[in-house]
Formats: sequence, C-alpha cells, structure tokens
Amino acid sequence: MSRLIEARGLALVRGGRLLFEELDIVVDGGDGLHLTGRNGSGKSSFIRLIAGLLRPYAGTIERAETALADEHLALDRELPLGRALAFWRGPKLGEALTAFDLDRLADVPVRMLSTGQGRRARLARVMASGAPLWLLDEPLNGLDEAGSRQLASAIAGHRDAGGAVVTASHGPLPGEWRTLELGA
Amino acid sequence: MIAPLIAREVRRGLTGAAWLPVVFFLLVAAIVPFAVGPDPRLLARIGGGALWIAALTAALLPIERLVEPDRADGILDQLRLSGTSEEGVAMAKIAGHWLTFGPLMLLAAVPASILVGLDGPALMRIMASLAIGAPALAALAVAVAALTAGLPRSGSLVGLLLMPLAIPLVIFGAAATGAGQDGALKLEAAVALLMLVGAPFVTGAALRAARA
Repeated sequence: MSRLIEARGLALVRGGRLLFEELDIVVDGGDGLHLTGRNGSGKSSFIRLIAGLLRPYAGTIERAETALADEHLALDRELPLGRALAFWRGPKLGEALTAFDLDRLADVPVRMLSTGQGRRARLARVMASGAPLWLLDEPLNGLDEAGSRQLASAIAGHRDAGGAVVTASHGPLPGEWRTLELGA
Repeated sequence: MIAPLIAREVRRGLTGAAWLPVVFFLLVAAIVPFAVGPDPRLLARIGGGALWIAALTAALLPIERLVEPDRADGILDQLRLSGTSEEGVAMAKIAGHWLTFGPLMLLAAVPASILVGLDGPALMRIMASLAIGAPALAALAVAVAALTAGLPRSGSLVGLLLMPLAIPLVIFGAAATGAGQDGALKLEAAVALLMLVGAPFVTGAALRAARA
C-alpha cells in the first residue's frame, strides 16, 4: 500500500490557541480517517493543514496529491455546472457526474443549483480530480438520503481502488474508519 | 493551469461590467472641459494629465471583483491544491485584467482625447503613454485587490493604497503626453516594468497571508 500522508509531531496554533500538538498521522492507500471532536476542536483546521492551506506551528507533513471539499463551492456561478467543473481539469469528470447523479444538471448554471445539489457538485469535483487523497469537511451536510448513499459508494470505490479519505463528519459514515479525536 | 486561468479572468471581465471603468474614464474626460473652461490652449496643455487622472480613477473601479470573490468562494484554495503557485495565480490575474481593461481603455482614449481637445500627434502620444501604462495599472490593481481581500470596507482602502503607488507612473505617463518627451516615455516604461515584475510577488505574498 502506498503512503499518502505521513505527518510527524504536528502542532497547530489558531488565533493564539494551541489546537493540538505532538500529533503523528500516517494514512496509507485504502485507509479512512474519521476526525471527531467537539466544535472548535480543530477538525476543519486539521483538514486545511493537511491540504497545505495552513502552516503547522511545528512538525512536518508529506502528502500525496490531494482534493478538498469544504464549505466553499469553488465553482463559477455564471457557468453551467459541467463547464464549471471542467475548469478544474479533472480526468474523471464524466464518472464523477454520474456517481453523484449530476448528469442531468450539467447544463444548469451553478447559481441555480439547490444547496444539496451544490454539495454533490463539490464532492463530484473531488472525485473528478483523480487525486488519491480526499479531504472531506462535513461531507454529509446538506445531502439527502440518496446523496449520502452516492457519497458512501464513491468513498468505498475510491478506497477499494487504493485511495484514502480523511473526513470530519458529525454523522456516521458506512465502512471501516479509524477515528482520530481532536481536542480530547 | 495558467492559460485556463487567464481565459477565465478575461471571460469574467467581459461578462462582468468591463464597460464600467471605460464609461467612467470617458465621463471624467468629459467633465474636464466643464471644470477648467473650454479654452483650447489650456485644454491641450492639461489634457494629457487629465486623461491620466481619468485612467487612474477608472482603474480603481474593478478592483473589488478581482480577488475577493475568488478568495471567499474557495477558488484560491483549490488553485493552491491543484499545484498552481500564488505568484502564478497573480500573473494570470494581471494578464487577464490587462486584456480586458487595457484595450477597452485605449479605445475610449480616442473619443476622450477629442473631448479634451487633443488630436493628431498629441493623440498618438496619449495612446503610447496609456498603452505602456495600462499593464502597470492592471498589475497595481491586482496587487491592491489581493492586499485588501477579505478586509472590511476594502472599497475605501483600495484608493488610499493604489493612488500613492501609482504616482511615479502618473508623473512619467503624463509627462510623456507632451511634445518632445521621449525620455519621459522611456522612464514611464521603466516604472511600468518595475510594477509588472514586482506585483506578482506582492500579490502572491498577500494571497498567502489572507489564508492564514
């Protein structure tokens, strides 16, 4: 199994507050890491840290190519969904549109999408990227039952294919997950 | 990722309000004769400088839409994840903004010059001076947009930041609109080059700082 994240001695300070320290994380292909912890314990910050969008206060991170779905849509609102997603040049775009049942919506402008459709669109962007490591911040938010099932099967397929998923989620996700509790 | 990013900037510039700075530029030029009187000799003398002030104020208008929407929507984060450096994003934004703002302003400079009573060789000098200045104004606009992205009331800050930085450009740019001022044109080009080279690094650092 290939190593996708190797982080040693991580510490993160946000707003003058130490969120965690001396954290060692190893994630291999096929792994699923579920971040838990109360609000403000640093789950989202941890995900942004792994993504390389925040700098660790201490420690080192090495990671494979990564795709991120957080609360931001990051799609051009005036474009049709298909073209907006195509901007990110994901090699698996068609597959991702089908997996999240967005084929019908490919011609709909992004600004017309409902909340749940927008949530599926950002998950589709992650899947389309073809990156081996997925970072999903609260992926279940705004998803209906069908959307949750699509997400679960996308995650399962990704992990079976040797990818890994790191997620911060309040709800339970099907499958085997390692749990990392932050702020404990 | 740079070429699609430039194309995206141009598309957003043109589908957005690309005409707004240009109309503003024309309006300021049209107001000058009302403000200083219709004396052709006086207008011919101050016309070049007046057009430069018009260009500078017009350059302020699009600043708020250059960086902040992309920061707020997570596009800058996703670009980072796709492996594009902040400096690369900055260069693409400068190029894209220049491509929408520069040619339109040069087009508008023709009627604007007539409004302030400049024609013939004077018009040519204005065009050369604004053509050299436009990419520098675009670079300054993107840098200031990145520096103020995410700040409250950034709209009033951008003017305070951009105007002083643009002074060298205005000095040489306006001087180059006078007859026999080839030296000023060269100095303007030197200042513009300095701004074009420096702005991507300032912008890149500002984009990183806005994320932390």
